Amino acid sequence: MNVVVCVKQIPDPAAPGALDPQSHTLVREGKLILDDSDAYGVEMGLQLAGDAGEVTLVSMAPNQEVSGVRTALAMGAAKAIVVSDPALKGSDALSTAKVLAKAIERVGADLILAATESTDGYTGTTPVQVAELLGLPSVTFAKKVTVSDGKVRVERQTEAGFDEVECPMPCLVTVTAGVVEPRYPSFKGIMAAKSKPVDQLTVADLGLDASSVGAAGARQEITSVAAAEARGGGDIVVDEGDAHERIVQFLEQLKLV
Amino acid sequence: MGLSSEDALSSEHGLSSEHVELVRTVRRFAVQEVAPVIGGYYQRGELPYPLLERMGAMGLFGLPFPEEYGGMGGDYLALCLALEELARVDSSLAITLEAGVGLGAMPIFRFGTEAQRLRWLPDLCTGRALGAFGLTEPGGGSDAGATRTTARREGDQWVIDGSKAFITNSGTAITSLVTVTAVTGRAEDGRPRISTIIVPAGTEGFSVAPGYSKVGWTASDTHELSFADCRVPADHLLGEEGRGYAQFLSILDEGRIAIAALSVGLAQGCIDECVAYVGEREAFGHKIGASQVLQFKLADMDARTHVARLAWRDAAARLLAGQPVKREAAIAKLVASDAAMVNAREATQIFGGAGFMNDTAVGRFYRDAKILEIGEGTSEVQRMLIARHLGLPVTT
Repeated sequence: MNVVVCVKQIPDPAAPGALDPQSHTLVREGKLILDDSDAYGVEMGLQLAGDAGEVTLVSMAPNQEVSGVRTALAMGAAKAIVVSDPALKGSDALSTAKVLAKAIERVGADLILAATESTDGYTGTTPVQVAELLGLPSVTFAKKVTVSDGKVRVERQTEAGFDEVECPMPCLVTVTAGVVEPRYPSFKGIMAAKSKPVDQLTVADLGLDASSVGAAGARQEITSVAAAEARGGGDIVVDEGDAHERIVQFLEQLKLV
Repeated sequence: MGLSSEDALSSEHGLSSEHVELVRTVRRFAVQEVAPVIGGYYQRGELPYPLLERMGAMGLFGLPFPEEYGGMGGDYLALCLALEELARVDSSLAITLEAGVGLGAMPIFRFGTEAQRLRWLPDLCTGRALGAFGLTEPGGGSDAGATRTTARREGDQWVIDGSKAFITNSGTAITSLVTVTAVTGRAEDGRPRISTIIVPAGTEGFSVAPGYSKVGWTASDTHELSFADCRVPADHLLGEEGRGYAQFLSILDEGRIAIAALSVGLAQGCIDECVAYVGEREAFGHKIGASQVLQFKLADMDARTHVARLAWRDAAARLLAGQPVKREAAIAKLVASDAAMVNAREATQIFGGAGFMNDTAVGRFYRDAKILEIGEGTSEVQRMLIARHLGLPVTT
């Protein structure tokens, strides 16, 4: 089975990030790393593809960045497509989805995997737009994925528990953190990754019109950004014989019990 | 967390992009997987098998060995880089890796027959098994020539009698073998002929005492071993008969580089912890990081660590280039273990009372640092080697 995994390369979350004052989007100029949340999709892909199939990575990134993609190749993915083009600057989720969908069309896949959302942008809307553009069904928030008889069976995380969903392939599935435990690349994998094929493409290579992507094609604009409210101090329950009742009350308010 | 060792990486010393990626990977593993759980293992004095399993899956135990034996096809530099990054978070795991590779697998790879390599290495390289090396005896450590354990030949067997002390990885649930040095005869001048013999775990007559209660490295596995009429097949001799000591000496230099790298990791870990701490902790109305006294302490800790890192990297580069490294390895081990010891003491001081608690990383670092001045040749032995290189006479 051939699996495509959409991966995002993001600024290292350990380093202090910065927002572009004009676009209010994250500055993504320096070295980028593989988004941790994508490691789950890569691992899931490697396990599902098995020995007979392979995993292809698809990524859109500024400045032909491949560092993060190499990490996923070191984990065991076979090859990658990286789309990079100055025209893509200012892309919103839809523009990104258009690019990823076009890139995926070139590979052909039985199954497309993506994280539920990226760790730097958090829109969580790109994967389903990719599926829509490709005319494929999609299943989101998978906490377990198995494949048999040309169908994918997904345990889909919900607020109340999980749904069991069956879906014909090809399709797109977004996976949550914890769906599998991602491997750390071995040194052999790291060395092999260096010589694995990475296809560097531009917007024109994909046959997309530059005006339909990037800032020019964006349907979404961030008009302002405000700092998140500081976390409150919390309540301390001091036991005066009725602590258990107050804790139960508190949990009831949150609809947790 | 500081990124000093990574910054140093990207600058020079001929590290390939693969080495840099390896460092990042091991760093990620240490921070995400080891740091959250190691304190518990340390306090319980328990070897963290689940972490060893993951290290095995990452190929860390096979780093310097060829792929045909289950290794990663890397080099000794790769091993040392991994040790530094692990020790930056925890030394028990780092020494388990160092001993497993350097003392368990390396002698088999270096001196073993093809049959011995194929029998033992695939499991050792993948971390499914651990090997140990029994050199030190209860009667003495640094004087390895004074070995008392004997092995005599009876028919097609070696019969081993004697005991070994402080042997790392010798009693784990996955220990597959212990290579022991033993006197197998006398030369014409009366000097003992020392040979190395592989003793598989579970061999009759080979017994493992309960683990030591150690000051540091408490999540690693260390035992006293005894051999009483312990019989192994004749083909378990490792390398040449009578060359056991010389063989051991030849792997000792690279072992010192590894311990130097591990020491630098601990020294760097002290800096990481302190930089984070002084940025948060307040006293007398200020963050304590604004105090010049502490800043100077940290500057010295950083300088010491940097110099020690350069020393082990230089020794490793010479080793890879096939140049003699005896002096450079001794210098690296000496200055790096000193840096670890001093940084651990300073870090504990900076943390104050919290640094005296077993559940802080610096508390562990303090306890783990001392052994670095002892194992793989004491600091005095390193000075002796360096002095000999200066052409000074052999002292008593």
